[in-house]
Amino acid sequence: MNIKINERLWNVAATPDTPLLYVLSNELLLQGPRFGCGLAQCGSCSVLVNGVETRSCVTPVSAVEGKSVTTLEGLPAWYAAQRKLAATPALHPVQQAMIDEQAVQCGYCYNGMIVKASELLSKTPRPTEAQIRTAMNGHLCRCGTYPRIILAVQRAARAMSEAKA
Amino acid sequence: MSQNSTRRRDFLKAGGALVVGFHLRSTVHGQEAPVARGSIAGPPDATQVDTWLAIHSDNTATVYIGFAELGQGNSTALLQVAAEELDLDMSQLNTVRLDTNVTPNQGGTYSSASIQRGGPQVRTAAAEARQALLLLASKKLDVSVGQLAVKRGIVSAGNRSVSYGELVGDKPFHLAFTGTAPIKKPPEYKIVATAFPRNDLPDKVSGKYVYMQHVRVPGMLHGRVVRPRGQGAYGAGAKVLALDEGSIRNIPGARVVRKGDFVGVVAEHEWDAVRAARQLKITWDTTPSLSGSDSLYDAMRAAKTDDRIVLQRGNAADAIGAAPHKVAYSCRAPYQMHAPFGPNCALADVKPDSALVMCSTQDVYGSRGTLARVLGLAVNKVRVQYYEGSGTYGHSCYDDVAQAAALLSQLAGKPVRLQFMRWDEHGWDNYGPSHLGEVRAAASADGKIVGYEYEGWQHHWSNVETSEQLALGKPAAEWQPNPAMQVNPRCCGGMYDIPNVRLVNHHVPGLGFLKGAWLRSPLDLSFSFTSEQAIDQLAFLLKLDPYEFRQRNITDARWLGVLDGAAKAAKWAPRQAASNLQAAKIVTGRGIGMGTHLASYGAAVAEIEVNKETGMVIAKHLYGAIDAGLVVNPGNVESQISGQLVQTASRMFKEEVTFSRTNVTSLDWVSYPILRFEECPQVTPVVVQRLNERSSGAGEEVMAACAGAIANAFFDATGVRMSEFPFTPKRVLAALKQG
Repeated sequence: MNIKINERLWNVAATPDTPLLYVLSNELLLQGPRFGCGLAQCGSCSVLVNGVETRSCVTPVSAVEGKSVTTLEGLPAWYAAQRKLAATPALHPVQQAMIDEQAVQCGYCYNGMIVKASELLSKTPRPTEAQIRTAMNGHLCRCGTYPRIILAVQRAARAMSEAKA
Repeated sequence: MSQNSTRRRDFLKAGGALVVGFHLRSTVHGQEAPVARGSIAGPPDATQVDTWLAIHSDNTATVYIGFAELGQGNSTALLQVAAEELDLDMSQLNTVRLDTNVTPNQGGTYSSASIQRGGPQVRTAAAEARQALLLLASKKLDVSVGQLAVKRGIVSAGNRSVSYGELVGDKPFHLAFTGTAPIKKPPEYKIVATAFPRNDLPDKVSGKYVYMQHVRVPGMLHGRVVRPRGQGAYGAGAKVLALDEGSIRNIPGARVVRKGDFVGVVAEHEWDAVRAARQLKITWDTTPSLSGSDSLYDAMRAAKTDDRIVLQRGNAADAIGAAPHKVAYSCRAPYQMHAPFGPNCALADVKPDSALVMCSTQDVYGSRGTLARVLGLAVNKVRVQYYEGSGTYGHSCYDDVAQAAALLSQLAGKPVRLQFMRWDEHGWDNYGPSHLGEVRAAASADGKIVGYEYEGWQHHWSNVETSEQLALGKPAAEWQPNPAMQVNPRCCGGMYDIPNVRLVNHHVPGLGFLKGAWLRSPLDLSFSFTSEQAIDQLAFLLKLDPYEFRQRNITDARWLGVLDGAAKAAKWAPRQAASNLQAAKIVTGRGIGMGTHLASYGAAVAEIEVNKETGMVIAKHLYGAIDAGLVVNPGNVESQISGQLVQTASRMFKEEVTFSRTNVTSLDWVSYPILRFEECPQVTPVVVQRLNERSSGAGEEVMAACAGAIANAFFDATGVRMSEFPFTPKRVLAALKQG
């Protein structure tokens, strides 16, 4: 089976029913999407499928055949393509904002947080705080870093709109 | 594929094969022979400078630290301490992975102790190294030490200079601690006490950070444990009545491994292991062993307890009896779980005569001892390496998963990577024990607290992990008492000047209850929830503002400092609690609370909103102040305070482990909800910096205060006191109805 991950086609050996997460982790050795619950409850394993945040722990690999999957690792290039930037930045603005706000504690949930926030800002460039909270509500953080994540998403939104101007 | 080899290189670099410099060990004859670092079982000799530091030819240094980065930023803060003493920039310093063959034994990363215990050790070692380097430089440059200046590891005298790297470059110091090295004083600090950005964040946001869950080794199998969904009583363990290996025959890649009642599956492909574990048919003994969570507190109260007076001063009963204002409360606090966001994971490679275990333990040396016992190997034949997992907040399943991975590897004869499933972690956690508290307190007419009594009921922590219990039949056993498992004198009235105090601990025997362990700020939320409501009620009876009442009863400048810090941040305006009750559907309230864990000082203010129709309670804004002495990295501590406030809101409003008579029923994020974005409060952290006080913990010390503040805010909003948390809508509506 061929699947397109971060703009590259990969031939994978897994059976079609294997959740995408296990393919990304064990065949592609990607470290962005990671196991959290296996039940689509927490957002640890999130990826973008055709630009839509999707839980890879419950998505059979066969379901993404012919679609474009972007993981945390591919976000800077995905952003560059969307914005038609000449060069791919080292980090997506959301990733940079998480550092600038020193938001992260253990950081394990940040794959999902960054993927979800990137999706949000691609659709809603200047979200209100309430829109951020609603969009992110399906992503859990056990360290309690929600307040700084909200600040980081707002910071990234500003950075992205300034970059455009 | 190409990525594969890169990852393996990274892994080897990060893990086993790291050999940097040499260190020394004394032989039995008192002679010293150089041994390649990492080649023999540790711990290395803590009195040798080389154990802590290596200076490299390129004028950088490696600091060997015995504390685990658990997401709290201590790996950055401890390097700040070393950089300060060594006169190096942060960019010149590195540290390495915790490893029982490499890093010193500083005790576990418990009780927020990295900076408290680790700071002085790292500081002393760095100061000794600096003194030795200056002596070498003084000889080289032929000037006295007093004439030398150091910047970025370049030692200069006038226009001549030599770098640390040139002086020792990758060679060992061969130097025992002299105890004479001068240590810098706070006015000289340039790096300590600044909010240096954390060094682990760039990799954490980009996906480059290697969490335990990412580690793979060649030839390994994936394992899963198979247990009943949710534990029963600790003493009961789990018993296999029948096991049908044929039930996974349709998954040819998977096979069952078993030792006693310890059952697992291993497979080359992870998904095969996951499916096989789910599908394997086992009949478990389902004899009821628990009270059920609805009868928990009755069962605790009915238990024959081991009672002990923790503190007695004056005569509390008489003082309370004679006082004009008195309160008495009984409060109940549930089991709560660590629930790391990513379930624990471990990778073990067990051979007949040795073992390498990679896991997310808080204490590599502690885990090495128990792993050796479980595997039947000598301690020095077991090597444990630390890889950060997701935040653990105390003793989650990291030891259990490490032991289980080791057993699977031993039984399968191959390296095994074991990732717990969500229900394993939720269902087989060592929960923060439930608590029953009774408090009686009284005040004089002029607003002084004159008597205070606290009695607490809870069981101890579990000392034998489930894997060992099931595989080897090792009987369940509780820990011997320690201060973090019993009524905490600092949290139970300890901040107030009270002449008559009596604190009594009732140890409930734990084998008939759930497994227990330290959960961030162990028991303190329960203590402050109970105690700080009583203090608050005394203020109410005296018609005093609760902040002012506390001020009147505290003389310790550090307790006053955090109290004032939190109140000021919240722009506290004085008024009696519950003096502004409203008939509206949604009402607001604010409360103040104090508390801590075993050291440091915490105070908090909570502003909450109560929906009297739905019973929904939301924290709108939480303010938390910590005095942890000298704060090495105030940015990290602000971050820790923020996290503690949010986690406390989660624990006060959402979290409760439920169980039937046979097993725990909180098995995922639906059956054990935690706080989400939409309910998340604003937070304001306050760091009370005390440059001249010893550093103490800052990772858990404001949670108790916050729990008290939330409870008092509820009273302010509704005029009703809660006697149990979490404040679920059902519980809130019942309390409001009762009035």
